Amino acid sequence: MVSLIVFIPLLTAFFLLTLNKNAGELIRRTAFGASLLTFFISLGLFTGFDSETAAFQFVERYAWIREFRIEYSVGVDGISLFLVLLTTFLSPLVILSTWSSVKHRVREYLFFFLILETGMIGTFVAVDVFLFYVFWEVMLIPMYFLIGVWGGERRIYAALKFLLYTMVGSLLMLVAILYLASLHHTQYGTLTFDLLRLYTLEIPVNAQMWLFAAFALSFAIKVPLFPFHTWLPDAHVEAPTGGSVILAGVLLKMGTYGFLRFALPLFPDAAHAAAPLIMALSVVGIVYGALVALVQPDMKKLIAYSSVSHLGFVMLGLFAFNIQGVEGALYQMLGHGLSTGALFLLVGVVYERRHTRLISEYGGLWKQLPLFASVFLITMLSSIGLPGLNGFVGEFLILLGTFQANTLVGAVAVSGVVLGAVYMLRLYQRVVFGPLMQPENANLTDLSRRELAIFVPLIALMLLMGLYPKPFLSRMEKSVEATLARIHKEAAPSTHAMADLTRSRPVLSESVTSE
Amino acid sequence: MEHPHAAEVAVQTVSYLRYIVLFPLLGVVFNLFLGPRYGRRVVNWVSPGMIFLSFCFAFAAFVQLPDGGALVDSVYPWIYSGALQVDMALRVDPLSGTMIMVITGVGFLIHVYSVGYMAHDEDVVRYFAYLNLFTTAMLLLVLGDNILLLFVGWEGVGLCSYLLIGFWYTDDEKASAGKKAFIVNRIGDAGFLLGLFLLFWSLGAHGVWTLSFSEIAAHASVLPVTTVTLICLLFFVGAAGKSAQIPLYVWLPDAMAGPTPVSALIHAATMVTAGIYLIARMHFLYSLSPTALAVVAVVGAVTALFAATIALVQTDIKKVLAYSTVSQLGYMFLGLGVGAYAAGVFHVMTHAFFKALLFLGAGSVIHGMSEEQDIRKMGGLKSKMPTTYGTFAIGCLAIAGFPFLSGFFSKDLILEHAFGSPHGSLLLWLIGTLGAGLTAFYMFRLFFVTFWGENRSDPEVAQRIHESPQVMTVPLVVLAILSLIGGYFTLPELLSPLYGHAHPHVSLLVKYLPTLLGLGGIGLAYRLYVQAPPFAPGRGGADRLSRQFSGLYQLLLNKYYVDEFYEAAIVRPLLAASEWLWKVWDTLVIDGLVNGTAQVIQANGSVLRFWQTGNVQTYALSFCCGAILILGYYLW
Repeated sequence: MVSLIVFIPLLTAFFLLTLNKNAGELIRRTAFGASLLTFFISLGLFTGFDSETAAFQFVERYAWIREFRIEYSVGVDGISLFLVLLTTFLSPLVILSTWSSVKHRVREYLFFFLILETGMIGTFVAVDVFLFYVFWEVMLIPMYFLIGVWGGERRIYAALKFLLYTMVGSLLMLVAILYLASLHHTQYGTLTFDLLRLYTLEIPVNAQMWLFAAFALSFAIKVPLFPFHTWLPDAHVEAPTGGSVILAGVLLKMGTYGFLRFALPLFPDAAHAAAPLIMALSVVGIVYGALVALVQPDMKKLIAYSSVSHLGFVMLGLFAFNIQGVEGALYQMLGHGLSTGALFLLVGVVYERRHTRLISEYGGLWKQLPLFASVFLITMLSSIGLPGLNGFVGEFLILLGTFQANTLVGAVAVSGVVLGAVYMLRLYQRVVFGPLMQPENANLTDLSRRELAIFVPLIALMLLMGLYPKPFLSRMEKSVEATLARIHKEAAPSTHAMADLTRSRPVLSESVTSE
Repeated sequence: MEHPHAAEVAVQTVSYLRYIVLFPLLGVVFNLFLGPRYGRRVVNWVSPGMIFLSFCFAFAAFVQLPDGGALVDSVYPWIYSGALQVDMALRVDPLSGTMIMVITGVGFLIHVYSVGYMAHDEDVVRYFAYLNLFTTAMLLLVLGDNILLLFVGWEGVGLCSYLLIGFWYTDDEKASAGKKAFIVNRIGDAGFLLGLFLLFWSLGAHGVWTLSFSEIAAHASVLPVTTVTLICLLFFVGAAGKSAQIPLYVWLPDAMAGPTPVSALIHAATMVTAGIYLIARMHFLYSLSPTALAVVAVVGAVTALFAATIALVQTDIKKVLAYSTVSQLGYMFLGLGVGAYAAGVFHVMTHAFFKALLFLGAGSVIHGMSEEQDIRKMGGLKSKMPTTYGTFAIGCLAIAGFPFLSGFFSKDLILEHAFGSPHGSLLLWLIGTLGAGLTAFYMFRLFFVTFWGENRSDPEVAQRIHESPQVMTVPLVVLAILSLIGGYFTLPELLSPLYGHAHPHVSLLVKYLPTLLGLGGIGLAYRLYVQAPPFAPGRGGADRLSRQFSGLYQLLLNKYYVDEFYEAAIVRPLLAASEWLWKVWDTLVIDGLVNGTAQVIQANGSVLRFWQTGNVQTYALSFCCGAILILGYYLW
């Protein structure tokens, strides 16, 4: 099933090349159908998922390059499950948005987009580290083209910046991966790229530091962690709508996913040593991103900087090294994917109508576009973490976890909650409220049925994740516990003190008796 | 201090409390999805109707409440993450029972009134959707069985105030007022969250993993006093934001930008009482920390006096009422701060009656005066709007603490405790008493200037002055009756299972001075505004005073320049710093370094240029070839 999910988009991509490039409608429908099919198949992962185990599920393993013991081995656990679902969920919505956002070279656009989808899903499901690296690189190229060909005016600059930045990081990671495999050879006599076996390596602390640094740099650029973030605003501003949605929605999570899957459990000592530094950079990123977002005149740039702030929260949660922090981080990765994806789609809606992203060109849109304004409102509230919507659960758990790990950092991070409201409310007011200033805006049309079809699922999921987080959190719990046990170098997750307390605690007991 | 529970609390599990919250929520959903289709006539029935149903269930719960016990409705497990386990669970005890009665009762009257008030507004469906949501959030706030659920409602009312204050969004100033309300509240929320975190982990350190009120109450005594004090102060930051206390009160006076019934809802039945409720709910923590209590009492007393002085000179009818709310909330905090929780909650209830009455009365005046809000242009409405006049008079008497009206009982109780409780002091009492005199004065200044004397409006406005329709006046009459008799609901008695019995014995002077000062305030207002009417050409007692003390007058008129101070000290520096971070630090420094490095590399070889032909086919072709080559090599 996992391989099906990975490769349907890829196969469809090549199938598209056989179609007449002028048959835009057919091409779009084919791509949309394929991505929708992928999504429905991936739902099987959710329903069939066993939340009682931390092991990889739906595993498929084949030898791939025998001489190096590289395997094609894929599977999902509680950490990757929802990231796969997020990818398969967002992809059809993005393709749906291309009906109006992509006017030229539709076939090539969708070709690259579907390859990108394969790359993203593959990155999340790879259990073999080399395979992970291959998918990781596969992702880069189509994204480079999506920005470089369908982007705005400075697209070449932005695409190159994106590519070079990420390449620099990933090359170091490749060296580190090869080192790990050879270390396994030294310790156990065999080469392997199997993540689960690499977890068992005894890596000297000194080596851990270098390896962690190599992985961490690659991931930190992707997150992006302050001060490695400057490629992001450029990439977002220049990328076409779909590119921005996927970039913010999924690609940024590659970095945080990489930390959780590789950098932290593989090099626990180094992770602990680096935690203060990374927490400090994260919290600086939270405040810094929010402040810089506050003064942006360009909507996309504002959202880009808000991502720097939001991903700072995610990083904090991961480095809290406790269950609330890490689950919160995972939850926030999903939540940010939904809300920021929706925000970029919303910018796309008005951009297609007015061909400008400048906030000052708008104002007073509510009267003309009540549906747009309502969707924007809910999305904004989700982004600022209003309880009842998805953003709150993640943010709350992260802050709760961080507060225990480092009270000072937690306290400063809480200010990000205030600043987040400041820049988003300001944006909303300047776009939607106030009098209608620009005469060009007087004749704008509200969301079409197709656009509504994009936003309704997004909003439904925001509500579901806010009101009923249990199906999500319960599926994450075992894997997160197992990862934490590796980070804390404990034998098995069941000895984890907090988990024990959890079970012994009576639910809703009334014990108010006082003397 | 010992927890005043005598024995085990009788807790009864029921499953209908959820409907109290669900009906208003249903109203929201109906308005959003079906409202536009069915239009004003249906919405006018559905929205108040849902609140009425909610009121019926609230009433049933209130009646069924076991003596001194509680009802619990556990709906579903909400957030489970490790040791954190939070349920969607609702709880009615004497405190939340009282609150839901007030919220749904007064809320219902405000909904009914709104039908008349918003009769000419084209956006009535959106209005009622927000109003229903507001009630939903507030009900969730008071019914939540744990702090996190309370916080959901807490943020929810913040959101609704944002939406409703900025209801007439095309006016930038009104939209800004909504934003200001939300952001100032968020500052308070940050304090709330930190308090919650500290409480959760501190209790956890003792093996108690919980956010539920009853369990916290049972285990609070394990915490060291300094921790408790810190927790209480952090929660108080949240309470000060929501309930508009110094230094976070600045949003409330601006909040009158919304439709007037919304002001009534915010000021009386919902929103601002949330902070009081929070502390009354967490009384078991505050009782452990005399320091925290003292801070609450002092902030409350100072706010009560501070806001009252501003209200003395305002000329906008709603602004006077807004500052009076800030001041009255100060009294409630004073009550809580001296450990008289029951007295504080008592004042929440009576204040809900008379402040809703006053705001709705003001709305009726504004309605009749063709949207005029400046009291200098009113006057002489007594004969033209008799019902509004009569009910407004009762509201003014009640808030002024006129003997045997509702405000008299609750305010006196607070002041008696301020003097006689172990946490009280002469100074607190004195500040409160002085404030009581000022309250009576500014309320009757408002009353006389609005309803008595000559009418000062433009002739064409004067022509159209009319009494409001019955759908608006009937709620006024009901609220007036409640303001008259509200003091006889023996709320402190009802709350005694939570807070115990305490009644300080104070001397007659302490007991009656506030009332005497209140009567004096009414007399002074009569002297200055009826016997020597101001705003008429030339003279007038108040005009002369304002000229004599023009420095002080300007200071009060400009509300001590606090908004200006915040603007200069916080808002502008923040924007300037952000601007600098972006343009200098981000663009020049970080990006400059990155691009500089890239240029150095590029200067050494222009390999990359070869790749940038700009031709997609070439790109796609080379991409495919590469992929096929690699795949082919390994699959071979």
